Amino acid sequence: MAGCCVGLSVTSPPVPAPALVVSGLGYDYPDGTTALRGVDLEVAVGERVAVLGPNGAGKTTLMLQLNGLLRPTSGQVSIGGEVLTDDSVRQIRQQVGMVFQDPDDQLFMPTVFDDVAFGPRNAGLADDQVNQRVALALEQVGMAAVADRPPHHLSLGQRRRVAIATVLSMDPQLLVLDEPSSNLDPSSRREVAEVLLALGRTTVMVTHDLPYAALLCPRSVILSQGRIVADQDTTDLLQNADLLARHRLELPFGFDPATLTA
Amino acid sequence: MGDHQAGHDIGERLYVPGATIVHRLPAHLKLLAAVTTILVVVATPPTWLWAFAGYAALAVALVATAKLPLRVVVPRMVVEVPVLVFALLLPILGTGPRIAVGPLTLSQAGLWAGWGIIVKATFGVVTSIVLAATTSTNDMVAGLRRLRVPDQFVQIFAAMVRYVHVVGAEARRMNRARTARGFTAKGPRSWSVLGQSLGTLFIRSYERGERVHLAMLSRGYTGAMPTAPAAPDSRSQLMWAVSFPAVAAVVWLVVASGYR
Repeated sequence: MAGCCVGLSVTSPPVPAPALVVSGLGYDYPDGTTALRGVDLEVAVGERVAVLGPNGAGKTTLMLQLNGLLRPTSGQVSIGGEVLTDDSVRQIRQQVGMVFQDPDDQLFMPTVFDDVAFGPRNAGLADDQVNQRVALALEQVGMAAVADRPPHHLSLGQRRRVAIATVLSMDPQLLVLDEPSSNLDPSSRREVAEVLLALGRTTVMVTHDLPYAALLCPRSVILSQGRIVADQDTTDLLQNADLLARHRLELPFGFDPATLTA
Repeated sequence: MGDHQAGHDIGERLYVPGATIVHRLPAHLKLLAAVTTILVVVATPPTWLWAFAGYAALAVALVATAKLPLRVVVPRMVVEVPVLVFALLLPILGTGPRIAVGPLTLSQAGLWAGWGIIVKATFGVVTSIVLAATTSTNDMVAGLRRLRVPDQFVQIFAAMVRYVHVVGAEARRMNRARTARGFTAKGPRSWSVLGQSLGTLFIRSYERGERVHLAMLSRGYTGAMPTAPAAPDSRSQLMWAVSFPAVAAVVWLVVASGYR
């Protein structure tokens, strides 16, 4: 099983290692553009954290660092106490469930079943185990009925939920979601939120949808120009109008953050 | 119509759902049976008229077994038209002894060659139509994999099947956006616009390819596609698959012995 035994080393630590530690993370794109300038972020097991920021803040770059799709120019990333290196990257990709923004990028197999089975099969699981994982993952997102359908026959909301199932089947220690609410109609939005809340997994959610962050994540950080500039309780953060304005974040018209505390 | 409905790919439009033995036969067996049978037919000299009568009966039996209505099969045979045109030219352009047919004098060798092309092409087309109408694209991908077609080809084919409608929908949206701003494709002046749209579509598809690759890497992709183990072929499935080329081969042998 992926990552079940990380804490059981000889000197077993009294507290489990944080699910995610990003320390001093810097990244320059090959063309010289600096995207991240010393990002520090720690996420404890069971936490749900929103990474907020305007377009171009480096949110996607940070996300791609979390399972080694991009490698830091400086600093490091650890998952469950394991530092991300060339040797550990394959194992870490099994432990970080990354859900991309466009489900058409995430769902590349001919049927929903095959897609959800892709990760477990790559991990070399036996066939009956794969079937179990797929059934459970589809059930958790309420999509068990569509297992045999091709992904493009589903609505966007359904595809987004299947995309979440494709990483749940890998039983990851950490879920990383890129804009999980984008382009969804209000009821699909709510359904995806219900799925994520019911999962109760350690989650890092990249978004600029502030009410969605408030709904799902007790804690939020703001990434702006490649730095973490705020890290606090989401409700408090959303009530700090100056802070939001400084970083080009805005609440939607008619949304009153004071109602969150009521 | 939304992109969702419009997005059905070509393979799905060709597939005619059914539960006949032809539908249920595993794709790799169907492919093998179709290819070997077509090889037998192609290896038949055009002068063996009785053999072609036998092949015609076999093709009719195949369509009937697959329960495909003629209104599905016949319109699809239109793909053969360019071949027919070429075949009809052969008797006129051919050399050697000529015979008079009505007002024309036609090349005898050309007549036989044209006839051979027409009957063989028709058999191949009918067999392919049945194959495509009874096999879903997903099964076809699995069948190619099972036949040990190099994995890169199968992966490219599978990606095409999966993404052809995504790219198609993108192209339709771009087309709509052009039309909405008063563009009509008329004459060479519109070519640069169409060319640029095509270029944009290519770049977008390329970038999507990169994103899909990232999503695959994220879930442990290392170059090979993991697949479910396939069920072994049952004896009766094998018998059905063998029967198609076997009948053709028997026809070939019987007629061949008649010509000795």
